[in-house]
Amino acid sequence: MASKTKSKTSSRSGSAKAVSRKGPTGLSRRGFMQGVGVAGGVALVATEDARAAAAPKTRGPKRAPVTLNVNGKDRTVTIEPRVTLLRALRNHMDLTGAKEGCDRGGCGACSVQVDGALVASCMMLAVDAVGKKVLTIEGLAKGDQLHPIQEAFVKHDALQCGFCTPGMVMACKALLDGNKNPTLAQIKKGLSGNICRCGTYTRIFAAVDTAAKQV
Amino acid sequence: MRNFSYVMPQTIEAASIAAAQKNSVLKAGGIDLLDLMKGDLVRPDHLVNLLSVGSPALREVAVKDDGLHIGALVTLAQLAASSTVPSVLAHAASVAATPQIRNVATVGGNIAQRPRCWYFRSATFNCARKGGNTCFAQEGDNRYHALFDNGDCAVVQASSTASPLVALGATVVTNRRRIAAGEFFVPTSVDITKEHVLGEGEIISEIFIPASARALKAAYREAGERESNDWALVSATVALDFDGALVKTARVVLGAVAAVPYRVISVEEALRGKPITAANAARAAEGAFAKAKPFALNTYKVSLGKTILKRAILAAAGQPELSTAGG
Repeated sequence: MASKTKSKTSSRSGSAKAVSRKGPTGLSRRGFMQGVGVAGGVALVATEDARAAAAPKTRGPKRAPVTLNVNGKDRTVTIEPRVTLLRALRNHMDLTGAKEGCDRGGCGACSVQVDGALVASCMMLAVDAVGKKVLTIEGLAKGDQLHPIQEAFVKHDALQCGFCTPGMVMACKALLDGNKNPTLAQIKKGLSGNICRCGTYTRIFAAVDTAAKQV
Repeated sequence: MRNFSYVMPQTIEAASIAAAQKNSVLKAGGIDLLDLMKGDLVRPDHLVNLLSVGSPALREVAVKDDGLHIGALVTLAQLAASSTVPSVLAHAASVAATPQIRNVATVGGNIAQRPRCWYFRSATFNCARKGGNTCFAQEGDNRYHALFDNGDCAVVQASSTASPLVALGATVVTNRRRIAAGEFFVPTSVDITKEHVLGEGEIISEIFIPASARALKAAYREAGERESNDWALVSATVALDFDGALVKTARVVLGAVAAVPYRVISVEEALRGKPITAANAARAAEGAFAKAKPFALNTYKVSLGKTILKRAILAAAGQPELSTAGG
């Protein structure tokens, strides 16, 4: 996965060249920040009263109730602000359809829709989804009746290990929401944020094409 | 990811005050920030959420007499789909990252993102940009690193929208001042510990593109290891102002070759007063990389960059990019 390779650490440090840290004034950054800190402190006290009135609301750092609208239902979970939408879904709501692949927004396995937009739920804080409508793979089927996109994936046998499939189906849904009759190039572009390491792309593209004719 | 308190300011002013507090960071879409926090490179006590600021202007592209006002929270997907944004900018936004990322990533966050250098992104390496004494890329794995001004730190500017904004003569508007896009980014010759000039509590509110940019013929071209998902290996943005068939002024900006969007003034001057032909474009592209100083593993970026720049020049002029006479 090339994008992830880029952010991985190479073990080759070699005998790297030492360099000096440059600053425009010759001051070290830390020294400069300390200077600003002292001067800034005076202004801080003077305006503290005025500021208290307009102090913004905060959440956390402790766990607190957060209500999310998921698949049409309000669900309240007690979480810290650092919990991603993906972790909130999987670990706190037992909605384990969205998968954690790379946890960096690079693989698409965690794809869900937030207010209709396809997002990587691993790169969104759960608290950022408050007040929005979250749709996960669990929200597509109506009881035992699969969504036409899911039917198309079954029909074309468009999966091997299946780990990427929930994300693929959600990306397909978002694509077809905005384009009822996509070309192959548009299908590829729409699914370009989802990786299938089994390499089932041809069948996935065929499934999307079939689904497009039915939704 | 370490825990933090999540601050929800209602106004830019409140966000600015909150962001100036000790150990606070600003978050817009949060794509780059969450990556940095998961990597333990940024460890804020307070996360100030700009998405809490309700102002519609922050989320809109507005066409006015003086030019285009792009709210800082406008997403890359919005830019890509916009018919009012210059096509060169929309194109660059449309090929960045993935649909999932473009739906969330904002233009303000895109130009303020931190570098992708793997030594910088690893908490294991206390590299020069993070305050250490060593640039590990100099003799390490430098296949994706800079060609210009790379002696002290070899990161490249990763933003896809940065080069088009510089080429279009855009202005970054903050809660305190107006900064020419070309002055927004910090070259390694000035400071290797920061990428942009924003101060504590300073917040981008808008990107302004002057009405004069409407007359420009411009194009963006990039090459990557894959068509999607990845950052560009090298990109080129060319904006031309024609007087008849002759170039009146040219802006030539390379991406992913230096810590900043890299303007090549010598090429801009060489193109002035001339028609755009395949030969002129090839000569200009050749000259643009004359002073490149590649490392052991990124010499390929020189030849790749020449091709991409030549194509961008021809595309800007509306000419065929692929000649039959090779390359």
